[in-house]
Amino acid sequence: MKSLEDLREMRKEVEKEMQTRKNTNKPKVIIGMGTCGIAAGAREILQAVMEEMDKRDLDIEVTQTGCIGMCEKEPLMDVKLPGKDRITYGNLDKEDVKRIIVNHVINGNVVDELVIARLEE
Amino acid sequence: MKDTIYRSHVLICTGTGCVSSGAKNIKHELQDELADNDLKNEIKIVETGCHGFCEKGPIMVVYPEGVFYCQVKEEDVSEIVEEHLLKGRIVERLLFKEPMTEESIPSYEDIDFYKKQHRIALANCGKINPESINEYIANGGYEAAGKALTQMTPEEIIKEVKEAGLRGRGGGGFPTGLKWQFAFDNNSDKKYVICNADEGDPGAFMDRSVLEGDPHRIIEGMLINAYAIGADEGYVYVRAEYPLAIDRLQKAIDAAEDLGLLGEDIFGSGFNFNLHIKKGAGAFVCGEETALMASIEGKRGMPNPRPPYPAEKGLWGKPTNINNVETLANIPYIINEGSEVFSSIGTENSKGTKVFALTGKIKNTGLVEVPMGTTLQEVVYDIGGGLTDDKDFKAIQTGGPSGGCIPEDYLALPIDYDSLIEVGAMMGSGGMVVMDDSTCMVDVARFFLSFTQSESCGKCTPCREGTKRMLEILNRICDGEGKDGDIRLLEQLGEHIKDTALCGLGQTAPNPVLSTLQYFRNEYEAHIYDNKCPAGVCEELAASFTINIDSCIGCGQCVKVCPVDAISKGDGKYYIIDEEVCISCGACAKKCPVDAIFQG
Ligand SMILES: Cc1cc2nc3c(=O)[nH]c(=O)nc-3n(C[C@H](O)[C@H](O)[C@H](O)COP(=O)(O)O)c2cc1C
Ligand code: SF4
Ligand code: SF4
Ligand code: FES
Ligand code: FES
Repeated sequence: MKSLEDLREMRKEVEKEMQTRKNTNKPKVIIGMGTCGIAAGAREILQAVMEEMDKRDLDIEVTQTGCIGMCEKEPLMDVKLPGKDRITYGNLDKEDVKRIIVNHVINGNVVDELVIARLEE
Repeated sequence: MKDTIYRSHVLICTGTGCVSSGAKNIKHELQDELADNDLKNEIKIVETGCHGFCEKGPIMVVYPEGVFYCQVKEEDVSEIVEEHLLKGRIVERLLFKEPMTEESIPSYEDIDFYKKQHRIALANCGKINPESINEYIANGGYEAAGKALTQMTPEEIIKEVKEAGLRGRGGGGFPTGLKWQFAFDNNSDKKYVICNADEGDPGAFMDRSVLEGDPHRIIEGMLINAYAIGADEGYVYVRAEYPLAIDRLQKAIDAAEDLGLLGEDIFGSGFNFNLHIKKGAGAFVCGEETALMASIEGKRGMPNPRPPYPAEKGLWGKPTNINNVETLANIPYIINEGSEVFSSIGTENSKGTKVFALTGKIKNTGLVEVPMGTTLQEVVYDIGGGLTDDKDFKAIQTGGPSGGCIPEDYLALPIDYDSLIEVGAMMGSGGMVVMDDSTCMVDVARFFLSFTQSESCGKCTPCREGTKRMLEILNRICDGEGKDGDIRLLEQLGEHIKDTALCGLGQTAPNPVLSTLQYFRNEYEAHIYDNKCPAGVCEELAASFTINIDSCIGCGQCVKVCPVDAISKGDGKYYIIDEEVCISCGACAKKCPVDAIFQG
């Protein structure tokens, strides 16, 4: 490191290591991880989200939730953009996750055909 | 998958306190559980420094939610993994419970203990991995040093520190900018900076926590300090009893050297700076700056008369600037945020925050960093959660062995350097001991004085002989052999030692005695003239027991157990205790079926 610019470059690089700990106003992805959710493949959904996060350098918050009483629609995933409604998607597979991340999380367009519930802000 | 992104970070505190309560085993257990559940690539374990809440340790914080778990045990780990990390359900029973309301609080920021705090020196403590320079840099670390070395002149830095109004956190409260100015003004081919991490006050651990939890902040503060006064070499003087702090600081120095943040031509500015650790021998007086420098030079750690001040003739006769750990921890913030932001916090003559080690008869003990001007009331009740067992507050002792005891009347006092001195106490390095009504103030004074007395290096007579005399008198009073005139003698000796001792140790040693004489004189008098220890602490003088005649049902049980026949039938159907005969054994009180007997 030979200048202040070098330090700032490095900071940009390493900031990723800390992003999980910064709870600013980030888009949130919440995955249903009840017993039946896990049985229906929620772990794969979670891993798909993380792959997308990694590939696209997304700064989003990924959390889980327990049973929400919609077991027959598992796997479930909610997306909550700051200031927007919380959208619940259901019956997902890995390909759906990609679509939701690109269209909804990144571009802000809800993927209507996968939506099963909407919780107003 | 790249190894930088994890959906969750589990922070485990591995400061000295939490390690002693088993944090390392918890970490290993968690590693195993994550491996068993195939979560290793999703969840990262981060070791951090002290959160200041060691009593509730081991502490674990789970992000992104920021859920704060306390007193985690090895057996709890599998539940945390299965419930929280897998299913997203918070493990309620491990949350912190507010002592006042019994409410469980999931998130860090909402706990009363943290809510009123304002963390500058401790900003990163418990939040980053102290062994990762990357995390420090990710949080804005070394930005201030970069700015200082490449965009500011030494004069500008000194001006900024002066205008910030920062005063030394090591006890004296001397204006830091002014001290730097003196060292800057003395021209020399060689200058030194020293960080004082000797921290000898019994019960204090703020400096240790900063070094363990955020060592790079101290390196950065010293780097700026060195550039500002023109020094190219520095020492951190750490007491040898702080092995973890030494280890983490050494790792941090190595990492900074690897990145070129220490060494030659730092930030391409042409400025060179090298930093060493010197382990202290442990004597309390070695924290005094002239004794400390003697110790670094390999001589016996004894104070020398000042002047000359270190800024003129310091380490090896060269101009030297010496600051406390916490003082230096504030420097990067001042350079980054500017003096105006810093000086907007605090009171007229005491700017910024102060870290205190809160202990004693209080519910939440730990490290607290509050803005100057916060009242004692807020610290004791809002942050500290009030007294244990909801007993009555009696006094708060600040400033460690050089400080004083402040009574209840002053709970509304805003804490700063000057207000504490005005009431006969002292900021000191930040010890704060809360005492309830079961505390004997004469005994407290004796405790602190016996500490300083045994730590006196013996170089000057007032301290060596004077504190010994004072201690003899206090021992006598506590043993029930106090004499008329003892109080006056204590005051005279105390004032004399304050005026004539060579160094700060002797000059402040009488403070605990003088301040208790000022506010709790009646307790001294009770010991001497009534042969009583009102708090019932001094064994020879414990207060006699009394029967509350309104509740006494006259069963006579107490009479049978009293070993000295002090109890007899009163005028009515109740019983009474003869104070003169009672030896305060308490046997009657234990026997009484209606709790009619009390002490005092
Ligand atoms: C007996 C004695 C012990 C001291 N111990 C310490 C100590 O442990 N840590 C410390 O920073 N200052 C200690 N000091 C104060 C130092 O002499 C010095 O004033 C201080 O390190 C200056 O730093 P500051 O201006 O940043 O507070 C002690 C002073 C005396 C008289
Ligand atoms: S005041 Fe006490 S500790 Fe200080 S030099 Fe004198 S004898 Fe030593
Ligand atoms: S034991 Fe209690 S109630 Fe009974 S006589 Fe003694 S003081 Fe009164
Ligand atoms: S377990 Fe998923 S909705 Fe019930
Ligand atoms: S060491 Fe863990 S909170 Fe202090």
